[in-house]
Amino acid sequence: MAAVKETVDQVRAIDVDQYKYGFESAIESDMAPKGLSEDIVRFISAKKNEPEWMLEWRLDAYRRWLTMEEPTWARVHYPPIDFQDLYYYAAPKSTAGPKSLDEVDPELIRVYEKLGIPLKEQAVLAGVEGARIAVDAVFDSVSVVTTFREELAKVGIIFCSISEAMREYPDLVKKYLGTVVPTSDNYYATLNSAVFSDGSFVWIPEGVRCPMELSTYFRINEKKTGQFERTLIIAEKGSYVSYLEGCTAPQRDENQLHAAVVELVAMEDAEIKYSTVQNWYPGDKDGRGGIYNFVTKRGDCRGDRSKISWTQVETGSAITWKYPSCILRGDGSQGEFYSIAVSNGHQQVDSGTKMIHLGKNTASRIISKGISAGKSQNTYRGQVKINRKADGARSFTNCDSLLIGHDCGAHTVPYIESGNPKAKVEHEATTSKISDDQLFYCISRGLPTEEAVALIVNGFVREVLQQLPMEFAVEAQKLIGVSLEGSVG
Amino acid sequence: MLEIKNLHAEIEADGREILRGLDLTVKAGEVHAIMGPNGAGKSTLSHVLAGKPGYRVTQGTATLDGVDILEMDPALRAANGLFLAFQYPVEIPGVGNMTFLKAALNSQRKARGEGEMSTPDFMRLVRTEAGKLKITQDMLKRPVNVGFSGGEKKRNEILQMAILQPKLCILDETDSGLDIDALKVVSEGVNALRSPDRAFVVITHYQRLLDHIRPDVVHVLSKGRIVKTGGPDLALELEAKGYADFADEAA
Ligand SMILES: Nc1ncnc2c1ncn2[C@@H]1O[C@H](COP(=O)(O)OP(=O)(O)O)[C@@H](O)[C@H]1O
Ligand SMILES: [Mg+2]
Repeated sequence: MAAVKETVDQVRAIDVDQYKYGFESAIESDMAPKGLSEDIVRFISAKKNEPEWMLEWRLDAYRRWLTMEEPTWARVHYPPIDFQDLYYYAAPKSTAGPKSLDEVDPELIRVYEKLGIPLKEQAVLAGVEGARIAVDAVFDSVSVVTTFREELAKVGIIFCSISEAMREYPDLVKKYLGTVVPTSDNYYATLNSAVFSDGSFVWIPEGVRCPMELSTYFRINEKKTGQFERTLIIAEKGSYVSYLEGCTAPQRDENQLHAAVVELVAMEDAEIKYSTVQNWYPGDKDGRGGIYNFVTKRGDCRGDRSKISWTQVETGSAITWKYPSCILRGDGSQGEFYSIAVSNGHQQVDSGTKMIHLGKNTASRIISKGISAGKSQNTYRGQVKINRKADGARSFTNCDSLLIGHDCGAHTVPYIESGNPKAKVEHEATTSKISDDQLFYCISRGLPTEEAVALIVNGFVREVLQQLPMEFAVEAQKLIGVSLEGSVG
Repeated sequence: MLEIKNLHAEIEADGREILRGLDLTVKAGEVHAIMGPNGAGKSTLSHVLAGKPGYRVTQGTATLDGVDILEMDPALRAANGLFLAFQYPVEIPGVGNMTFLKAALNSQRKARGEGEMSTPDFMRLVRTEAGKLKITQDMLKRPVNVGFSGGEKKRNEILQMAILQPKLCILDETDSGLDIDALKVVSEGVNALRSPDRAFVVITHYQRLLDHIRPDVVHVLSKGRIVKTGGPDLALELEAKGYADFADEAA
């Protein structure tokens, strides 16, 4: 198995430090003054040349946020965050806004190259089996470039940064922004609504099948800087899009805040497939540093027979608080959630999904694989809610946890609320350990211990890995191996 | 090839001694059968040789082609040519049988400083060997041993052996749970692997396997020691008389 081999080679090469994206780049930034206030909100809005309504929208969110309390129900523990001790805006000086690739600071392009994200369109074209991926590269608070835009525009697809969308397509943004995740939804989503800096905007016109994978790659570089990205994807009637999201950050002793909001809207017969490989810096072996990842992701299956599918591979972050959800509004609409959450060291993961069945004959499917190692805590929290009127609704959950070692924890917290007696709701959960017998069986065939663990774990998560686009699956498989390095002594 | 001298081993957890001064010499090209009552320590011997955790060697040596294996990492023992066909093969959900075989083969090759086998060469090898053992394409694709019948699991062990081409093959009760047809297939598989530079240690409780895999030497293991050694006839004698004599002898 080549991927396992590579995993192990990679692990060996890394030596003490397992996180290979921990480098910092010397890129001069244009920053907002430290702290949070109405003025900072105005500053961000002005930086982006936003229309007046947008500023009002932000200020409204900010005022609401001031009245809200940080949620404490998740099984995660961290010292209080000082929201005044953060920078809410940092942009590379050289980049005033997204422009063509020729104008982008070569230093930035090198950063993304180092991360394995080719921004040059030719480089992608020459890539594996002609695979083509359009990339929106977000560096700290701004999008630095979006590739393949012209080609996508030919079929009517809009793929750009959300800042640009606000200026160029205000009607579309106004129509959909905040309709899936309202500004007052939750503490972090409201904060995001006030200060969000950049993110991606995708609009797929009626009947169009997006000809390539779209992706956004988020990178936090500046110190003490929060990243608040906002993504909005709209798939009109009968359209299809597959979208990928990746993220990394430098290695630092301090904790950094990442509070994103992602909204998806699928109209009649449309399908959105959203995949994430989250690899934010997880902190060091003693639990110092790492990203606090507080994310609200929600999809609205607004049209009949629409479908939204979330696939996530979560290996990074010191704390993950994330529940990609689906509102199954249209009749016959479908929601899916496939998740692999790996935790090692002192990482804390509280993640899962919500499936809200409103329409008739709606279906949801949840497959969650949690792997805990080291001293980490890994919680699956999932809600399935069936509305009284959702005749014929059905939901299936399978939630498996794998423990490696003795100091970690796996927890499953399902909430099932069925208001319709005819709905069919199934929930399966298992917790297992990598057995000594399994491990020895592999080792006795010549596999070194860490390869044996990687192989068994990859088997455990296979069902979910298969949901990922090919190139991502290989990447994710490697990442899982690296994340679990040192977990078996 | 294999030389075991005065081997003593105990269960790590409770210090109970299971192997009590075991001696065994197996030359290249030979097939040795080890028979003995339940609980005699046959599986323990195979586990200690393969390096399974949970046992402690307190005395004695075991060498493979002159190299001490007892101190060696178990994965390295495999790369050095030791193979154990397990009495109870383990299931590994989600890991394709073929994927597993390829990972194992290439790990061993790497440990020996050889290059990886190319995918087409590997596929060809697997197809040929699987065919001989009546292992279907479907079984190759399915996760390792998951949902395999008893006979399928044992055939799968022999397939691994055929692919990994070890120097020393230890078969622990490979015949248990096999019907007569499966027994024939497995035995033919083993016989096809017999060669002047390979040795076999066949652990079995029953004579019937030895009708198909003819041993050169038969040993009786009782209470952690080899208590009697003879030719193929010894197996027939045991079949007729049972192990009662030896249990007493060693007591
Ligand atoms: N891992 C182990 N833990 C505890 N007891 C064991 C273990 N392995 C073997 N034994 C014990 O050692 C003795 C020999 O067992 P075994 O080697 O399996 O015998 P055989 O294969 O000859 O039937 C038995 O009493 C068995 O219960
Ligand atoms: Mg036994």
